[in-house]
Amino acid sequence: MNTTTVRIIKFEFSDVLRSKWVLIYGLFFFLLTETLFRFGGTSARVMLSLSNVVLIIVPLICIVYGTIYLYNAREFMELMLAQPLRRRSLFGGLYSGLVIPLNLSFLVGVGLPFLLHGVERTAHLQAFSMLLLAGVFLTLIFIALAFLISTAYEDKMKGLGIAILSWLLFSVAYDGVMLSLIYRFSDYPLEKAVIALTLLNPVDLARTLLLMQLDIAALMGYTGAVFELFFGSIMGAAISLAALSLWVICPMWLGLRQFRRKDF
Amino acid sequence: MITITGLQKRFGKLAVLRGIDLNIAPGKVTAIVGPNGSGKTTLIKTLLGLVRPDSGTISLAGVSLNGDPSYREMIGYMPQAGKFPENLTVSEVLRLVKDVRRHSGPLDEALFEQFQLAESLNKPIRTLSGGTRQKLSATIAFLFRPEILILDEPTAGLDPVASAQLKDKICRERDGGRTVILTSHIMSEIEALSDILVFLQDGKVFYNGTLAAMIHSSGETRLERAIARLMEGGDAA
Amino acid sequence: MHLILYDDKKMNPAKLLILLILLFTPLLSREIRVRPDGEVSTLNAALQLADDGDRIVIDGGVYREAVVVEKSVEIIGLNHPLFDGEGQRQIFIIRAAGVSIRGLTFRNCGISFIEDRSAILIDGAQDCTVENNRFLDNFFAVYLAKSAGARIINNVIRGQAASETSSGNGVHAWYCKDITITGNTISGHRDGIYFEFVQNGLVEKNHSEGNLRYGLHFMFSDRCRYLDNTFRQNGAGVAVMYTKNVEMHHNRFEENWGSAAFGLLLKDITDSEIRSNLFLGNSIGIYAENSNRLEISGNDFLENGWAVKIMSNSMDNHFSGNNFIANSFDVATNSRHNFSRFEKNFWSGYRGYDLDRDGYGDVPFHPVRLFSMMVAQNPPALVMMRSLLVDLLDLAESVFPLLTPETLVDEKPLMRRRP
Repeated sequence: MNTTTVRIIKFEFSDVLRSKWVLIYGLFFFLLTETLFRFGGTSARVMLSLSNVVLIIVPLICIVYGTIYLYNAREFMELMLAQPLRRRSLFGGLYSGLVIPLNLSFLVGVGLPFLLHGVERTAHLQAFSMLLLAGVFLTLIFIALAFLISTAYEDKMKGLGIAILSWLLFSVAYDGVMLSLIYRFSDYPLEKAVIALTLLNPVDLARTLLLMQLDIAALMGYTGAVFELFFGSIMGAAISLAALSLWVICPMWLGLRQFRRKDF
Repeated sequence: MITITGLQKRFGKLAVLRGIDLNIAPGKVTAIVGPNGSGKTTLIKTLLGLVRPDSGTISLAGVSLNGDPSYREMIGYMPQAGKFPENLTVSEVLRLVKDVRRHSGPLDEALFEQFQLAESLNKPIRTLSGGTRQKLSATIAFLFRPEILILDEPTAGLDPVASAQLKDKICRERDGGRTVILTSHIMSEIEALSDILVFLQDGKVFYNGTLAAMIHSSGETRLERAIARLMEGGDAA
Repeated sequence: MHLILYDDKKMNPAKLLILLILLFTPLLSREIRVRPDGEVSTLNAALQLADDGDRIVIDGGVYREAVVVEKSVEIIGLNHPLFDGEGQRQIFIIRAAGVSIRGLTFRNCGISFIEDRSAILIDGAQDCTVENNRFLDNFFAVYLAKSAGARIINNVIRGQAASETSSGNGVHAWYCKDITITGNTISGHRDGIYFEFVQNGLVEKNHSEGNLRYGLHFMFSDRCRYLDNTFRQNGAGVAVMYTKNVEMHHNRFEENWGSAAFGLLLKDITDSEIRSNLFLGNSIGIYAENSNRLEISGNDFLENGWAVKIMSNSMDNHFSGNNFIANSFDVATNSRHNFSRFEKNFWSGYRGYDLDRDGYGDVPFHPVRLFSMMVAQNPPALVMMRSLLVDLLDLAESVFPLLTPETLVDEKPLMRRRP
């Protein structure tokens, strides 16, 4: 990362922080987690409720906010691109400048109540880390997707529509396909195919990683055992991490490719 | 010396630049004029690398542009409508540009002072009027004492005082040996400022010559009339 | 005896003496002391000397003997005498009625694959008592066979079960009746408490935790009562089968978690009551299969995977006044048909309202989610848990029920948690 990128990140950071949305985002997670603690009680319950929200809200907010953000950064980009800097630096700077405050906001919002109330068992600590990791990765991934979408489509409304459609695809439609496959091929041992399908969708992957941590595996019987075997192994963890990282890298790479060819 | 050869650019089905060949002389003010949609802004943006041409080359002082962004250190750009990140303050925008520019040597803060931007230094961009934004935009274009100034409709949105100040500044810079490229729809402004006129129509250079020669050859006394003549002639041809 | 006394016309002194001895035997019962360095240094020696009704007090020491008690004696340990089976013998066999054993420690009777070796076997003896003893690392600890009236009280029973085949049960009862198992702490065995063909038993205030298979396991054991016990973190929870007239009150079934673990598994259980128990954090709170006419009321189901899984071959069961709170699934079943009744339960998932303020929701609650039906048909579908799609499907199903059992509904769900 060159110094120009760092400068851009720095400026974007203060810009994004000042836009209040990021603070509202953090405040939302703080209030939610705090409320869950006050009404739900145990840290395991809080994590369960929170994981639902994280899996749905984080991708939605990130892909919508990220898309709008990049459309709105058009002027900034024009200003910057007239200066002697590379488009790659600008793209990276914009991305980091958005992703870092969002993630900080998320981490503080969720983390602070946990620090205040504590977790009951050390096993929960691991699940809690996974929750944070899932949130961070989903932010990275869905902002990257947002960047890809808004560089690909000139029209803001069209881009926004595509962003929401993509979210629906990852959060709902994909699961519909997966569920119907599970039904259609219920006579076959499906565990490995399901694991593969899970790896292909970042929301499902994050969800499954969380489920494994939250002990749901035991409810799944044999399937759960196979899943635990995979996600519990070093190899499985590495593959999951690689899959999540690819979900950051691929959209960013494609986005950058478009961004470099883009006319302003 | 900026040399442009065979520059072509289309946006989808629309061919905006259809083979531009142009030399822009150093130390002069070159005005690019033409009807709406003739490709003025696109041409300027290709010079800056904001728009990627489909074919053709651009070279600065004999060095052709190959993707290395460092040539832009020589250029000061004032876009048609200067927009900035809404939540940054004026001083932060200036600091940002300075940071990215990494300019060594003294800055040209003449416009900053003339425009009295110091009053707005701590205001966020979103609270600024369109005119103040233009002032900031102009300030930035001249700030680093660039060799080449590219000004896209520089006086649009400026009040008469600021507009005059800016025009004086352009003349001073030209006199200081800098190359200025500007577009405008205000013919009196062009008449007052430019040495060379480039007339674009339908993505091609329709006329390229000195302002004086242009007026003379058309047999008119006013630029506006001369250009109207030119356009009629263009349609005939 | 009195008859003999007065019927006998000639009374000679010898006869009189024998009579007197017979008459006062209970009062004259001796106490025999066993000490490693004493006159009587083994329990076997003491038993040789003892008569029915004698008391044998064992004062400390480690004893490595196999003991068969065939006299009705009381055996009491002082200063923690230890009977060590050294991994190779059945330690006590009791064949006389009314034997009581208190204050002893039994260790390591050893594993046997041929016999059901145990620390104490009560073999066809009536009214025996095993109280305040400690059982460490035995195969079976207390084994009751064909014995009535046994009382197993306040013992600590700890095994080191490694696998199901190499471990026995904590308290094992086979063909017994009128037995009482109270206040024992049992862990590390195969099953904590095991009943087979036991009638009229009382299992009360025991703590059965960390056993390899079941905390409590019984079959063919009618008219037994289970009160105030805790069954916690056993490999497969509690499983009871082929029995009627069971009462289970105020027990705690906690944290029996695993792919084949149950808080309480009921198979072919009929005409029984399950009241005021707590089911906390089990994979499945209650699993009922082919079980009929159960009264399941006043229980708390908290944070289980499935609170209740009831197969459609179960009929006429009645669930009322239970609290269902924060379970992943409240009720699951395997069919659209349902022959059990749910009423006046509290459901934390209930979102209805109570306009007439009678304490019951005005909208019926359907505790079976579509997703739980899907999972019942197709277990791998559980990987979709907490997917937004699944929540949407559940929502749609709750508005237009097509696949979930229509009759499995709580018409009068409680608005507030029953205290």
